Amino acid sequence: MNAIYSLIAVFILIALVLLGIGGAGLYYVFGVIIPYVAIVFFLAGFVYRVLKWAKAPVPFRITTTCGQQKSLPWIKNNELENPSTGLSVIGRMLLEVLFFRSLFRNTKTELKDGPKVVYSLNNWLWLGGLAFHWSFLIIIVRHFRFFTEPVPAFISIIEKLDSFFQVGLPIIYATDAIILAAVSFLVLRRIMDSRMRYISLNADFFPLFLILSIAVTGVWMRYFGKVDVIGIKELAIGLFTFNPVVPEGIGVFFFIHLFLVSVLIAYFPFSKLMHMGGVFLSPTRNLANNNRMKRHINPWNPKVKFHTYEEYEDEFREVMRDAGMPLDKK
Amino acid sequence: MSLKNLLEQNQDVIIERWLDLILATYPSDGSFFLKKQKNQFANPVGYTISKEIEILYQTLFKDVDTETISTSLDSIIKIRSVQDFSPSKAIGFIFLLKKAINDELGNTVKEEGLYSELHEIESSIDTLILKAFDSYMKSKDLLFRIRADELNRRTKIILSRYSDTD
Amino acid sequence: MPEDQMKPEELFQIDYKPPGKGWMETKPDIRRGKINWAAVPKSVEYLDLPNPRKWSPLDKDWKLPDNWKEIILEGMRERIHKFRTFQVFMDICVRCGACADKCHFFIGSGDPKNMPVLRAELLRAVYRKEFTLAGKLMGKMAGARDLTEDVLKEWFFYFFQCTECRRCSVFCPYGIDTAEITMMGRELLSLVGLEIDWVTTPIANCFRTGNHLGIQPHGFQDSIDFAVDDFKDLTGIKVEAPVNKKGAEILFIVPSADYFADPHYYGLLGYMALFHEIGLDYTYSSYASEGGNFGLFHSNQAMKRLNSKIYMEAERLGVKWIIGGECGHMWRVINQYMDTMNGPADFLEVPKSPITGTVFENTKATKMVHICEFTADLIKNDKLKLDKSRNDQWRVTFHDSCNPARAMGIIEEPRYVINSCCNHFFEMPENCIKEQTFCCGGGAGLGTDENMEMRMRGGLPRANAVKYVHDKYGVNVLTCMCAIDKAVLPALMDYWVPGVQVGAVHELVGNALVMKGEKEDRTDMRGEPFIGKETAKDV
Repeated sequence: MNAIYSLIAVFILIALVLLGIGGAGLYYVFGVIIPYVAIVFFLAGFVYRVLKWAKAPVPFRITTTCGQQKSLPWIKNNELENPSTGLSVIGRMLLEVLFFRSLFRNTKTELKDGPKVVYSLNNWLWLGGLAFHWSFLIIIVRHFRFFTEPVPAFISIIEKLDSFFQVGLPIIYATDAIILAAVSFLVLRRIMDSRMRYISLNADFFPLFLILSIAVTGVWMRYFGKVDVIGIKELAIGLFTFNPVVPEGIGVFFFIHLFLVSVLIAYFPFSKLMHMGGVFLSPTRNLANNNRMKRHINPWNPKVKFHTYEEYEDEFREVMRDAGMPLDKK
Repeated sequence: MSLKNLLEQNQDVIIERWLDLILATYPSDGSFFLKKQKNQFANPVGYTISKEIEILYQTLFKDVDTETISTSLDSIIKIRSVQDFSPSKAIGFIFLLKKAINDELGNTVKEEGLYSELHEIESSIDTLILKAFDSYMKSKDLLFRIRADELNRRTKIILSRYSDTD
Repeated sequence: MPEDQMKPEELFQIDYKPPGKGWMETKPDIRRGKINWAAVPKSVEYLDLPNPRKWSPLDKDWKLPDNWKEIILEGMRERIHKFRTFQVFMDICVRCGACADKCHFFIGSGDPKNMPVLRAELLRAVYRKEFTLAGKLMGKMAGARDLTEDVLKEWFFYFFQCTECRRCSVFCPYGIDTAEITMMGRELLSLVGLEIDWVTTPIANCFRTGNHLGIQPHGFQDSIDFAVDDFKDLTGIKVEAPVNKKGAEILFIVPSADYFADPHYYGLLGYMALFHEIGLDYTYSSYASEGGNFGLFHSNQAMKRLNSKIYMEAERLGVKWIIGGECGHMWRVINQYMDTMNGPADFLEVPKSPITGTVFENTKATKMVHICEFTADLIKNDKLKLDKSRNDQWRVTFHDSCNPARAMGIIEEPRYVINSCCNHFFEMPENCIKEQTFCCGGGAGLGTDENMEMRMRGGLPRANAVKYVHDKYGVNVLTCMCAIDKAVLPALMDYWVPGVQVGAVHELVGNALVMKGEKEDRTDMRGEPFIGKETAKDV
């Protein structure tokens, strides 16, 4: 049900563009105003959220340890899974952010029913997630080709690598194929797996459908639609240099693409997509497990009522004396 | 062909069907996991059930010694008697075997008129039920004994001080 | 099939349909066997906690204060500002499902709300409703849910079905820690007087008498004296075990079950053997006669109140440093909270083993050493004479307790100690030991009698792995270094894997230790003769 609501929401967004561009001809609104508004939302929202998190203190150092601690020198400790220094924490975070270390843990190769190797479904999640995030990142970087003139060398290199397979005309970018496959997998997983369906909210389907639509329109423009790339680049550079112009002859497909991207980035800070920022601030991962070596301060360490030894001895002095136990006050 | 032969030939599909019916007694979102996750350690419930019902099934057409049957029944019923099932539901999963057989072989039984043999099979399923009832009571008994033992263990050392008469 | 016969599904009514409703529309089925009894008013009062009264989770009316909703929401607001964990964990979950099948309660029960993600969603849905714009505007469409009395009851039900074992947190790509969420949930519940007796009464006892069982000082002294006598009966050696001795070098803190429960006690005898043999100058304390800290299962304030005794007592007795015995959650508190809450312990010295001279650099702030670290160092430096064959009656496996494994990482030390003390050690399969270890099913205050069925199914994944090594290698003892484990695992073993005993790591040490002056027919810590040393009358 949630999936259907989310799909309808995306269709409504597309319909808005068709009405706005095709019907009312609001080129400037969709080409300039909405993208700018979206970027403002994104930046302001992102900063606000991160600051809000950062402002909340970390009262306790509650690292989740996933390996041997640092203790006696002859016991080999696992710095990346149980970091004892800030540097190791950086290593742990890099593994987590770049390679999804924790998700990868799901990987289990098992010998089942005789010599048969079985992989669990869960490493598909790791693979799907990794494929999705990396291809998304590369595609975003590739898009800087549209914002820059001349195109920086590193972008051309990425494009070269991405078209490594040299198939199709125009040459198919590997990431285009990967992102479509990966997003489809992530959507299907939520729909087909009854457990996933049970826990999924609108907020889980909506961004997936949004991203899928963005990818589909992008792919369509590049490989099939033959849109006016010169015009698009003019518009993009205009936006980027704060001299917005809307050249004529850019097809409606581009505006759908641009509008969906605008919605995505405006929606970003208010959604679970903020896991991008949040992962860096997760106290179970970004703290070293060195509590016994170095004192961690809780800024609001509360005043609580203690039960002191004096009070204790006062209550139990008689029985303690009878039992021959040492006393502070005789 | 005799029904016993049919049961033997169709073992895999009937057991599969029986397993599905049993897993359907769990909350639906859980049953998916119970079926899909094949790892013996990550999914002991699903693993145990699917392993043991195979043995129980075989009692229908071949001689399986009583001890093996009890062990298999105990393994499943021990699990079900600490899950959220009423006693009837905890052991009733065995009745589902009748349904599984009917689903898979019902037509053949009708066409070939194997009713008398079916009655025979069904009464051996009924015997299984009775055994399951014993097994259920054994589990519950064990639980009560464990409870008592635990209360005793918790303070055993202290109690032994003050009740020490030897 | 003849028509007159009743159909099986009529005999055995099952709902084959998946619940058409989402999780927000289902109510918990609160029944005996899966709840814990409410805290008695006396304990609640003793700790000055809110809303002391007699009530039961099985009643319809939970006798909440009139403004309970206000109190809870205010409590949430406060915690959002005080804990970055709470805020980040509320915001960033993407419901990827990686945690779903990692919870032992889910594995054992199939109840979807035992999936860690949904356990957390119980709080998150209310958080969205009250603290996010999207939730306020779009309600259910945005995954938001009103806080009603039923929702509160659901919180109580499921936050007391989490043992705070943190296994799910190992698999979460963002490190979302359900234990932390459960802790927040329980703190909030406590604000309106929803407490369970097995947590609150031990806290009250411990606050008053120094230990969870409420044993008064003379009772503690007796227990230790009796243990000394027992030890003499077993080995012929009279050991010193001072209590509240000022000026001792080391304060030794054990979980209280070590001196009153079986099989913990055999570990205590093991410590006594060890400390006597190396001539350690140490003392027990009756005031700090509890290493465990049920405050961890209640609220950070309660945890701090109980934990304070250790440092206060160390200062009063004038010891140099502290050793802590075998206990799981105690070590989570010591490793992750103690110094922050009640430090700095600058009146103590950096721990240095008086026997080997090893300085425990990893404890230079907190100044408290785990007994397994201490013993491993002794063995490594060849200070103990160990006869492995004295544990030949055991085929041993080791259960990593949740907190030492996932909140500390003390994984190799106990293995080193065990392997030095016995000939037959077998690991359980890889995905259920070390950081992926399965909970005993009774942690975080859930190890109660009334909760037995829940514990048995929650402990099934652990028991199942033990069964595997029991069947394959003939393992007959499950060692562990956690007092809760030692209390609840015997029941779990009796149910699922009869024939497997539970023992302490230091029970093995006590058995293997060859002591100066021991009598010819000394026995193991349980009073059983060593294999090959049975006398005529035993045979």
